[in-house]
Amino acid sequence: MSRDNHRQPVVTLTGVSKSFGPVKALDDIDLTLSPGECLGLVGHNGAGKSTLVNLINGTLKPTHGEIHTPYARNRRDSGIRSVFQELSLCPNLSVAENLRICHGGLSGPGWRTRAREEIGASLSRIFPGHDIDPNAEVDTLSIAQRQMVEIAIGFAPRGSEARLVILDEPTSSLDAGIAGQLLEHIQRFCDDGGAVIFISHMLGEIFQVTNRIVVMKDGRMVEDRATEAFCHASLVEAMGHVAQQAHATRRTAEMLGDEVLTSPEGISARRGEIVGLSGLAGHGQAEALARLYLDSTSGWSARREPAMAFVAGDRPRDGVLPLWSILRNASISTLNAAARWGMVDRRAEAATAADWQQRIGIRTNDLGNTITSLSGGNQQKVLFARALATSAPIVVMDDPMRGVDVGTKQDVYAMIRAEAAQGRTFLWYSTETEEVCQCDRVFVFRNGTISAELSGAEVNEERILAASFEMQEN
Amino acid sequence: MSSLISRPWLWAWLASAVVFALSVALSGAGQAGGLLYAALSFGAFAAIVGIGQMLVVTLGPGNIDLSIPAAMTLSGTLALKAMGGEPGTALLGLGVALLVGMGVGGVNFALIRLLRLPPIIATLAASLIYQSLAIWSNRGLRIKPPVALADFATGRSLGIPNVALIAIVLAIVVWVLLERGVWGRWLLATGQNARAARLAGVPVESVRAGAYLSVAVLAAVSGYLLASFSGGAALNMGQQYLLLSIAVVVIGGTSIAGGFSNVPGLWGAALFMFLVVSMLNAYGFDAGARMMLTGVIIIAIVIAANARRSRS
Repeated sequence: MSRDNHRQPVVTLTGVSKSFGPVKALDDIDLTLSPGECLGLVGHNGAGKSTLVNLINGTLKPTHGEIHTPYARNRRDSGIRSVFQELSLCPNLSVAENLRICHGGLSGPGWRTRAREEIGASLSRIFPGHDIDPNAEVDTLSIAQRQMVEIAIGFAPRGSEARLVILDEPTSSLDAGIAGQLLEHIQRFCDDGGAVIFISHMLGEIFQVTNRIVVMKDGRMVEDRATEAFCHASLVEAMGHVAQQAHATRRTAEMLGDEVLTSPEGISARRGEIVGLSGLAGHGQAEALARLYLDSTSGWSARREPAMAFVAGDRPRDGVLPLWSILRNASISTLNAAARWGMVDRRAEAATAADWQQRIGIRTNDLGNTITSLSGGNQQKVLFARALATSAPIVVMDDPMRGVDVGTKQDVYAMIRAEAAQGRTFLWYSTETEEVCQCDRVFVFRNGTISAELSGAEVNEERILAASFEMQEN
Repeated sequence: MSSLISRPWLWAWLASAVVFALSVALSGAGQAGGLLYAALSFGAFAAIVGIGQMLVVTLGPGNIDLSIPAAMTLSGTLALKAMGGEPGTALLGLGVALLVGMGVGGVNFALIRLLRLPPIIATLAASLIYQSLAIWSNRGLRIKPPVALADFATGRSLGIPNVALIAIVLAIVVWVLLERGVWGRWLLATGQNARAARLAGVPVESVRAGAYLSVAVLAAVSGYLLASFSGGAALNMGQQYLLLSIAVVVIGGTSIAGGFSNVPGLWGAALFMFLVVSMLNAYGFDAGARMMLTGVIIIAIVIAANARRSRS
C-alpha cells in the first residue's frame, strides 16, 4: 500500500477530445497530474469541466486522444474517486450501505459493521466533530450532511486507497465551518501524496487550497499555471468575465416601501427589499421558504398575477421538469397570464423565452432542446427566468446559485438589484455569505428559529457567523 | 425520417395496419370495408374510456382509475331507466349519464384526496359500490333505449359510425387541450414532477381533480353510448373495458411513468385491440389460444415501442 513511485503521474491526457453528436464538448486537452498536486479547475457553466471529469474517471470514453491511468489495477478500482455536485447517494439506504455500493470488497457476514467503521472513520478524519450516524438513512439527512457523506465515501480507502479524488463543487451546500474542514483535509491528503481535482465557482477556496489552476473556456484549456501566478482579478479575466464591481449601496428601511410580508417564523419584508436568510445549512431556512410559498399560493387555483414566485435550488427535486424542452420549462409559470380562452399563446411564450435566454445568457442554440441537455448552472438560469418572468411581486429563492459561474452570478445580482429597485421583493436563502451580503437585511437561522436580524452595516460576515454559532459556544 | 420513426404513436398504427392487412389477406378484399367499419365502431368505446385513463395515468406513477367498468354500467343502467324507452328523452339520458360521471369522479377524488387512499385501492373499492348501485337499480329489468337513440348509436354519417365520430371529436378536443391548452401543460408538468410543478405555480390539486372527473365522465358517456348501441344495459357490460382502457394507453405510447400523453397513438391502439381479436378469429384460433396470443402481441408491441424510444 505504499506510494512507491512518486514520480509517476496519476493521470495523463494526451490530445483528448470529446464530442456529443455535433457538439464538441472538449477540444484537444493535454493534462498531466502528479501525486501531491491539488489542481483547481475553473470555467463558466458549460465550459466542459464535468465532461473532463467524466473522461478522467472513466464514465465517458474520449472521441480522440488517450487517457493513461497507471495506478489502475483493474476496471473496478482505478484509485480515482469522484464526488459529484448532483448528489448521487441512494436515499433509501443507510450511510454505511451507500459505502458498500462502491466498495465491492465489503461482503460476507458482518459487512455492515465493517462498513460502519470505515465510513465513520472517514467522516471523523475529514469532518471532526460531525454528528452523522452511519446507520441513518440518507433521506433523513440534510443536504449538507449528504454532501459530507459523499465526500467521506470519496476519500475512504475502499479496499485499496484513493489516489485521485475529484471534487465537483463540493462546498456549494456546505457552510463556512464545514467547508474549512474539508479544505484542511484536502491539504493533508495532498501532503501525503494524494492528488485532488477541485472544481469550484468559489474563487477564494480555489486560491486557498490549490497549487495549480487550469482555466477552461468553451471546451478548451486556456490557462494552466501555478496558483501563485494568478490573482483574483486575473483569474476572473482568464475565465472571460469582468471582475466584480463594488457592492451596490445597501438600502435602509426609510428608503423602502411598506411591509408586504410576514411569516410565522418572524421573517418580514418590505416592498422592494432584498431580504437574506442565512445561518448554517440545514437550520430550517429552506423549509421556512417552502412553507411560506405553499401557504401564500393555492394548489386549487392559479391567478393570472401570482402572489409569489419560487426559484428552486434543489433542481431535480423542486425545479426541473425533465421530459420538457428548455422553452416549456421556462414558460410554465407564465402560461396562465398570457393565455386566451385557456389556450397557450405560443408566440408570446417563444418571445418571452427568447428574451430571457438573452438576458440571463442560457447557453444553447435551440430553446427546443431538452432541459437535461444543459449543464447544471444553465438549468439553474432557466429556473431563474421562469420565476423572474412572472409578474409576482415577491420572489422566493432557495439557495438558487448552486453551480452557477461567477460571471452569471454577477449578472443575476445586478438583475435582482434592478428588479428590486422597481419594487419587487426578494427573499433569498443562501449558503454563501458573499451572496447574503448583497442583501438589505438578513435573518440568521439557528435550529429552525431566527437567531438574529441584521440590517445596514451589521450585514457582514463576522456578524452572520457569530449569530450562526452563538448557541453552540455556550 | 428518424423523427418519424421515433414518434411513439407510429407503432400502434403500424401494428393496426399489419393486423388489418393479415385479416384482409385471409378473408379477401371484399371484407375490408366491413372489417374497418366494425373496428371503428367497437374501437370507439375503447378510445373514449382510454382517453380518460390516459389523462389519469399522465398524472404520474400510482394514478389509475379502476372504476371505469362500474361507472359505465351504472351510467348505462341509470340513463336507460331515466329514459324508460320513451321517445325524445335522449338528452335527458345523456344528462343523467353526465351527472353519474361527475358523481363517480367526485367520490373517487374525494377518497383519494381526503382519505389519502392510493388511487388503485380507492377506485377499486368504490367501484364495488357503483356496481352494487347498478344492480340495485336494475333489478333484472332490461329496458330498451329509445328507438331514435338506438338508431343513432348504431347508425353512420358519411360512411363512418356515429359512435366513432363522437370518439374522434372527443379525442381531438383532448388532443388540442393537451397540446395547446394551459390545462394540458399543467397536467403534463404535474405528471413529471408534482412538487416542482406546485412550486412553479401550477394548481396541482385542481389538475388532479380535473383528471379524475374527466375519466369518470368519459366512462359514463361511453356507458351511455354502449347501452344505446347494444340495445340495453347489462351488468357486465363494462367488464372488458378495464384491461382495454389500460392496454390502449400503454400501446398508444403514453408514458406509464407520467408526464407524457399520446392521443393519436391511443386511437391506433384502440383499432388494433379490436383488429387483433378479429384476425385471430378469422384464422380459426379457439378462445384460449386467442387470449394467449393477444397477450403475447400486446407485450411485443409495448417492448418494440419502448425500445425505439429509449434509443432515440
